[in-house]
Amino acid sequence: MAGPILLHLLVVLIWQLVADYGGLPTYILPSPTETLATLFEPRNRWIENTGITALEIFGGFLLAVGIGVTIALLFSWSRLTLVLFMPLLVSLNMIPKVALGPLIIVWFGYGVVTNMAIAFAICFFPIVITTARGLSEIEPEMLYLARTVNASKWQIFLKIQFPGALPYIFSGMKVSAVLAVAGAIVGEFIGSEKGLGYLMLQVQINLDTATMFMAVLMITLIGVVLYGAVALLEWLLVKRGGAA
Amino acid sequence: MTKPFIHVSNLRKVFNPGKANEYLALSDVSLDIEEGELISIVGPSGCGKSTLLMIVAGLLEASGGTLEIGGGAGAFDPHRHVGMVFQQALLLKWRTVLDNVLLPAEFLRLPRREARERARDLLNLVGLEGQETKYPKQLSGGQQQRVAIARSLVHDPRLVLMDEPFGALDALTREKMNLELLRIWEQSGKTILFVTHGISEAVLLGSRIAVMTAGPARLARKIDVDLPYPRRLDMKTHENFGAYTREVYGLLGME
Ligand SMILES: Nc1ncnc2c1ncn2[C@@H]1O[C@H](COP(=O)(O)OP(=O)(O)OP(=O)(O)O)[C@@H](O)[C@H]1O
Ligand SMILES: [Mg+2]
Repeated sequence: MAGPILLHLLVVLIWQLVADYGGLPTYILPSPTETLATLFEPRNRWIENTGITALEIFGGFLLAVGIGVTIALLFSWSRLTLVLFMPLLVSLNMIPKVALGPLIIVWFGYGVVTNMAIAFAICFFPIVITTARGLSEIEPEMLYLARTVNASKWQIFLKIQFPGALPYIFSGMKVSAVLAVAGAIVGEFIGSEKGLGYLMLQVQINLDTATMFMAVLMITLIGVVLYGAVALLEWLLVKRGGAA
Repeated sequence: MTKPFIHVSNLRKVFNPGKANEYLALSDVSLDIEEGELISIVGPSGCGKSTLLMIVAGLLEASGGTLEIGGGAGAFDPHRHVGMVFQQALLLKWRTVLDNVLLPAEFLRLPRREARERARDLLNLVGLEGQETKYPKQLSGGQQQRVAIARSLVHDPRLVLMDEPFGALDALTREKMNLELLRIWEQSGKTILFVTHGISEAVLLGSRIAVMTAGPARLARKIDVDLPYPRRLDMKTHENFGAYTREVYGLLGME
């Protein structure tokens, strides 16, 4: 544990030294202390901008998990929906979601909803695909075994299928957590009036690189919190005890 | 004459009837089994052994012939009185050993406390005392299969169907498990249908052996194995044992 932490600190230290003595101008490479100092600049409205961006990311992500898992459940309950809609979803997944940004702005206008929608669009598919995969991953013999003791479809789902799919769902959620961050920020770049991505564009005009660095750190922090929450939940539900 | 526990006569199974991929999996199987019997079923791959078990378990419809279970004492409920063991242990990796054994009891909504007690007794019976709180991946292949056997008995079924339960184990573990199964069978008094590819396993375990042949799949012969129980591994060197294995090899055309 100590090794990785020390290494992180070492990188920050090198960054500080290069910024201080490397002869690079501040607008190219601000130092860690200069970067942190921007936190005290009220014009940056850190709390509001971070809150907005976090809302877009968490909102888009949770929406994707809710809708994605539900659709995968429908697929596992009805073969017909699976056969009909899965190929369609796979085709839709081929669309680069980021390219939809300008369109989504036309539909929803600037703002939180739009960026949430982009975050949702980008992290929805991995959830559906991994969940559907996990739910279908039940051995036929296990089904026979359940049926000899009169297990209902619902009992099989609750006791075998869903717990069996959880590791898959979590791996999809981890991928999506990272994507959701990218989606929301791209949304803010394309058009917005608030958020960390918006702040970056604002200060870019003045070559305020330190604030841009700080914004990137804040975005990263949001991503880490989201990923950490998913990993924690996974540990609680799946990895604790001897399973998986 | 009283009716046998299981009465199978002229059983047929055609997969995909009337279609291009129609397949005759069982052409004519007749077999009577008494309650408490351990009967081995041997035959080459694809001869319909699993299909036969599935029909007996009520998981597949036969295409013709008759299957009657439950002659003798009490009514037979296929949703209540069948236990199954497959080649893979099929344990749920997020459940402890004890909770895996309890799965059928949960599906059948049997009273919790009694089920737990029974599950514990069965884990002792299969030689896994003290392992209740372990998870499947902490067990060896043989131990996992013991859990599967305990699970197949937890709801006190009258009939246990085993489809190559030891097929994935190494030779030594397999022989050990054969003895364990004999002991479990003698102590539990269950009727067991034991499907295997292993001819000496079939002779060692069964009071009778049903030999099936392929193309078209049918039951070639039923052999009574007159070796005394309790059976021991050293009986394999017995001259009668060799005679029985030779007979089975002969029926399978493998002399
Ligand atoms: N659902 C099915 N649809 C079509 N054919 C099937 C189906 N199930 C089994 N068969 C065919 O029926 C035949 C008998 O299958 P079965 O699984 O009963 O054989 P088996 O004796 O258990 O073989 P093995 O020893 O390899 O397990 C095989 O040729 C198989 O391909
Ligand atoms: Mg088989």
